[in-house]
Amino acid sequence: MAKFLLLKHYGLSPEGEPGHAPIFGWTPEEIDAHMAYQRQLIAELRESGEYVDVQALSNDSVLVRTGGEGAPPVVTDGPYAESKELVAGWYLIDVESKERAYEIAARVSAAPGAGGKPGDELLEVRPILSM
Amino acid sequence: MDQLLKDLAPQVLAVLVRRGNDFAAAEDALQEALLEAWQQWPQQPPANPRAWLTTVASRRLIDGIRSDASRRRREEAAQTEPEPGPTEQADDTLQLLFRCCHASLSPGSAVALTLRAVGGLTTRQIAEAFLVPEATMAQRISRAKKSLTDQKLNQAGRLENVLRVLYLIFNEGYTGSVDLSAEAIRLTRQVVVSNREPEVLGLLALMLLHDARRPARFDGENLVPLDQQNRSLWNALKIEEGVLLLQTALAQDRLGEYQAQAAIAALHDDAATAEETDWPQILSWYDELLTIHDTPAAALSRAVAVGEADGPQAGLAALAQVENRLPKKHHRLFAVQGHLLERSGDRVGAARAYAEAAKYATSTAERVHLTKQAARLRN
Repeated sequence: MAKFLLLKHYGLSPEGEPGHAPIFGWTPEEIDAHMAYQRQLIAELRESGEYVDVQALSNDSVLVRTGGEGAPPVVTDGPYAESKELVAGWYLIDVESKERAYEIAARVSAAPGAGGKPGDELLEVRPILSM
Repeated sequence: MDQLLKDLAPQVLAVLVRRGNDFAAAEDALQEALLEAWQQWPQQPPANPRAWLTTVASRRLIDGIRSDASRRRREEAAQTEPEPGPTEQADDTLQLLFRCCHASLSPGSAVALTLRAVGGLTTRQIAEAFLVPEATMAQRISRAKKSLTDQKLNQAGRLENVLRVLYLIFNEGYTGSVDLSAEAIRLTRQVVVSNREPEVLGLLALMLLHDARRPARFDGENLVPLDQQNRSLWNALKIEEGVLLLQTALAQDRLGEYQAQAAIAALHDDAATAEETDWPQILSWYDELLTIHDTPAAALSRAVAVGEADGPQAGLAALAQVENRLPKKHHRLFAVQGHLLERSGDRVGAARAYAEAAKYATSTAERVHLTKQAARLRN
């Protein structure tokens, strides 16, 4: 078994263009359908014994670096504002093969978006190192 | 009492399953019996703990199937069988292993079920060892049990499946609170009691010969490669036992992959210093191994042996022949390349190869080690 992190990048595509219409433009029903799809997928992963963790990230992100010894942390709101759009959340799964991880990532990607059509969201798939 | 119950649980389960009971139902009944033991034994310790557990579990099992009158008669007749002797006990354990390692289960499921049902580990311990939530592991185990129950298992189990699962468990090593290598050795010893096929002995030998080096494999958090290990830390008793088992296996003259790998491990263990390693003989064992069981991983290890026996250029040539059989981003391929390039005097190429290897390493310790190799060559 191997662990994979499926990173959700809403709005990312290989060409750097938004993959689909931003969620804020969807109807409430479309958002409900999108969330219900994910809940169903998570339930399936629990049932199959492949679930490790699923989390969504707030957009409220800041950059923090050391202020040096004795000084408080330096907190800034930039300059990479666009990176806030990058990681929206993740699925952490423990699966039998890389192929199975890709299969699950494709399922996440197929979540319905605007107009009930699959969002074709891009999932970044990263193997987790063992200890 | 904890350890006693842990040792007894798989034995009792094996008896129940041998009597023809449904796997999942037998497990449930056993759990109930264990709970009763926990409550009663501190006040009233039984004279024969195993017989006590078997009787109580059988009773719970019958309670569970009372409703089914036609099955009941058959089951009750089966429950009155006498207690098995030591050899039968070992046979039962092997039968249970055959079930848990059935080919219809995915490797991950077979590993989890084996640790639970035969190893007697708790679901929580297994979950911790594999770093997944307990609920996920519980689900994995219960699905495995269910899929065994659904299948009418009439055909005899295959020994090679059992050995593969035991070897997988061994290679999990020591990740969390549970020492899975030690667990695999313990389980393989149980198989050896009733089955002395050369590959069974070969696998136990292989495990012992590798496990013997464990005290020297890490220096704190740092991985220490074989040629730099402090060999005085190796466990001489395990090496001795491993060599003896291997000799017994080889004497049967039916070579298999585990015996060949054990022979290679034994030759490494036999060298007092890295320089004294008998590489030509190791190379000939790799050739044997590849004729029985030709895998890209074994071919890659063979390239290392070629490099040591015939020089780095020959090693690189052997490596070139393996390359297209492995994924493009295979970390061990780059690591071997780095090692051979460094020995050939190409420090720049070696550093580049090690850096590539680090990128695709599958464990943290490996990645740190490979990154440091690259850094050493660049400075």
